[in-house]
Amino acid sequence: MGFWNFVLNFWTELGAWVGNVLSGWGLPPWAVNLIADVLGVLVLVVIGVAAVLIFTPMERKVIARMQDRPGPNRVWPYGLLQAIPDAIKMLTKEDIVPEKADRQLHMLAPILVVIPSLLVYAVLPWGPRIIGQDLNVGVLYIVAISTIHILAVLIAAWGSDNKFALLSAFRVVNQLLAYEVPMILSILAVVLFTKTMSTQGIVEAQTLPYFLVMPIAGFVFLVCALAETNRSPNDLLEADSELVAGYMVEYSGMKFAMFFIAEYVNMFASAILLSTLFLGGYKFFGLENAAPVLTPFIVFGKASFVIFLMLWFRATFPRMRFDHLVGFSWKFLVPLSLVNLILAGIAVKIPVADPRWEPWVQGGVMAIASLVIIAATAWILNRTARKLEGAPALKRIVAAER
Amino acid sequence: MNVSQGVFILLSAVVLIGAAGVVLHRNLFRAALFLILSFVGVSGLYILLEAELLAMVQLLLYVGAIAILIVFAIMVSRQLMSPQFRDRNEQWVGGLLVAVVLFAVLAFILLQVNWPTAEAAVPEDAIAQLGQALVEGDQFVLPFEVASVLLMVALVGAVIIAREK
Amino acid sequence: MLSDYHFIGVFVLVAIAFPFLALGIAWLLRPKKPNPVKTAIYECGLETIGDAWVRFRAQYYIYALIFVAFDVEAVFLFPWAVAYHRVGLWALAEVFLFLGILTIGLVYAWRKGALRWQ
Repeated sequence: MGFWNFVLNFWTELGAWVGNVLSGWGLPPWAVNLIADVLGVLVLVVIGVAAVLIFTPMERKVIARMQDRPGPNRVWPYGLLQAIPDAIKMLTKEDIVPEKADRQLHMLAPILVVIPSLLVYAVLPWGPRIIGQDLNVGVLYIVAISTIHILAVLIAAWGSDNKFALLSAFRVVNQLLAYEVPMILSILAVVLFTKTMSTQGIVEAQTLPYFLVMPIAGFVFLVCALAETNRSPNDLLEADSELVAGYMVEYSGMKFAMFFIAEYVNMFASAILLSTLFLGGYKFFGLENAAPVLTPFIVFGKASFVIFLMLWFRATFPRMRFDHLVGFSWKFLVPLSLVNLILAGIAVKIPVADPRWEPWVQGGVMAIASLVIIAATAWILNRTARKLEGAPALKRIVAAER
Repeated sequence: MNVSQGVFILLSAVVLIGAAGVVLHRNLFRAALFLILSFVGVSGLYILLEAELLAMVQLLLYVGAIAILIVFAIMVSRQLMSPQFRDRNEQWVGGLLVAVVLFAVLAFILLQVNWPTAEAAVPEDAIAQLGQALVEGDQFVLPFEVASVLLMVALVGAVIIAREK
Repeated sequence: MLSDYHFIGVFVLVAIAFPFLALGIAWLLRPKKPNPVKTAIYECGLETIGDAWVRFRAQYYIYALIFVAFDVEAVFLFPWAVAYHRVGLWALAEVFLFLGILTIGLVYAWRKGALRWQ
């Protein structure tokens, strides 16, 4: 019995054991705290960086399969460890700084881009009480820290002194800023339901996964996550085939690798955030209570599923034109998420006598209202599209060629 | 000296170095980056004062929005930094005078005020209380609504300025 | 509450150390042989013509301004959302008004074509 308890609660037991060992050495409490903090941080950093090693081969394999080709297949086994030789290659590549570049700022950007992407992991929950640090302002912390990314991109472009890098940077400001607004608004709808901004609290409050309760917010968040992590079809900052890798064009070797690491660390973090906010986080049909040892794997599984969706988008959707992309956020996602926020505000105020039924009744009303809104939106879009009968720009081109 | 005092000194140093950098740097872009450093330091000070919401708002608005707007404006108007524009102010004597007077006034006020120290700890639900205060009829509901009018005016103003081009 | 943040403080230090460590290792391992062709600006194989600083549209800036307005609005809404269960339905009406006024601004920008890319 004791043994099973130990196995099932392995992570919390491990934490307690480390604490005991440290205080057993006769260290003062502050030193124990400090060492425990450092260990926790290192674990989270390793998880973040391991995401790069796991998801780059996954991305290449999955996309290759979708495009009917084998993908990387030389490195043992089946090319799954491809990331390791890639990392060695990056480490030994020469670092080329363009002649006219501002050397210090060119150096600062890759450093600054990694820091916020790692810091986000501090509040992502891996299980009941398995979390770096549960903050009262958890989700706001994530949103606030992530904005530093935009700054790093601007510094990279300024430091490189390259036309393409600059062009890309000007798009950054618009794309990342435009998609931050609907993202925050859909997070707010979740906070209305959970009554807390703490990531742990959000998972605990989710009786039903919020993706079912508010599909609009979930959809908006997914699209925004694609844009914020700069993934296709929203990868206009980089646009490999048009802007020659955008703001990263003058970076090589390890400095480039920093941007690359940050991209995958961000992608994993936003996949975890999406599963935390909308897919029930570490909850999985009561398994989290029966075997808390499994919760990190549940989170990992859900996040991998979200990443698979992102890869699927990348393999199937064409890249959007820049003005369409920004317009899509301001003209479609922002109004839609505002409507969703008001709906959530109404649904949460529905009085329910029995608190046990509260999430079901309120969630159900919210879900039905969301479906009505989705249907109405589809109808309006359809009608508008019919009225236009093809894009006016296309008509103009056709007329000019005639 | 305990840990929080040490952290306070460190963060104050960050804020002051940032502020000094803004004033002293010839390169506008770098001056803006120092401004951001200063903003981040202030956010840290807020955390030290147990105002975590304010700290996050500081990061989100000042670093994430306003600083980016500033950096962006500098990037759009890069011609201002070309050598044909003088980067020295010819009215520096007047400027110095105003700065000294302002400093004297601020220092005087700071020394005059009897700074109250809060005895009670910050309540657990400070954020919820703040949210409540924003919508309660007898508290800050009017400033709250006026804020949105202000934002709307700013938005309309931006659009009008852009249209004149 | 302050005790929540020692972890974040340690995390900030480690996160700052990480890129320095990675770049430092690369600095030890990599070759350093720059030459003028390598350090030329990368631009589709042709020699660069003119400065990188061509004029950019002012419209990029307008989008950023609209963003700031909405960002400030969102900041007001976070404490409201946390406190929402404590206050009556009138709080929803107030926020509806708050969002409505801001939406007028967005609609104005839309109608005047500020969201259209010319």
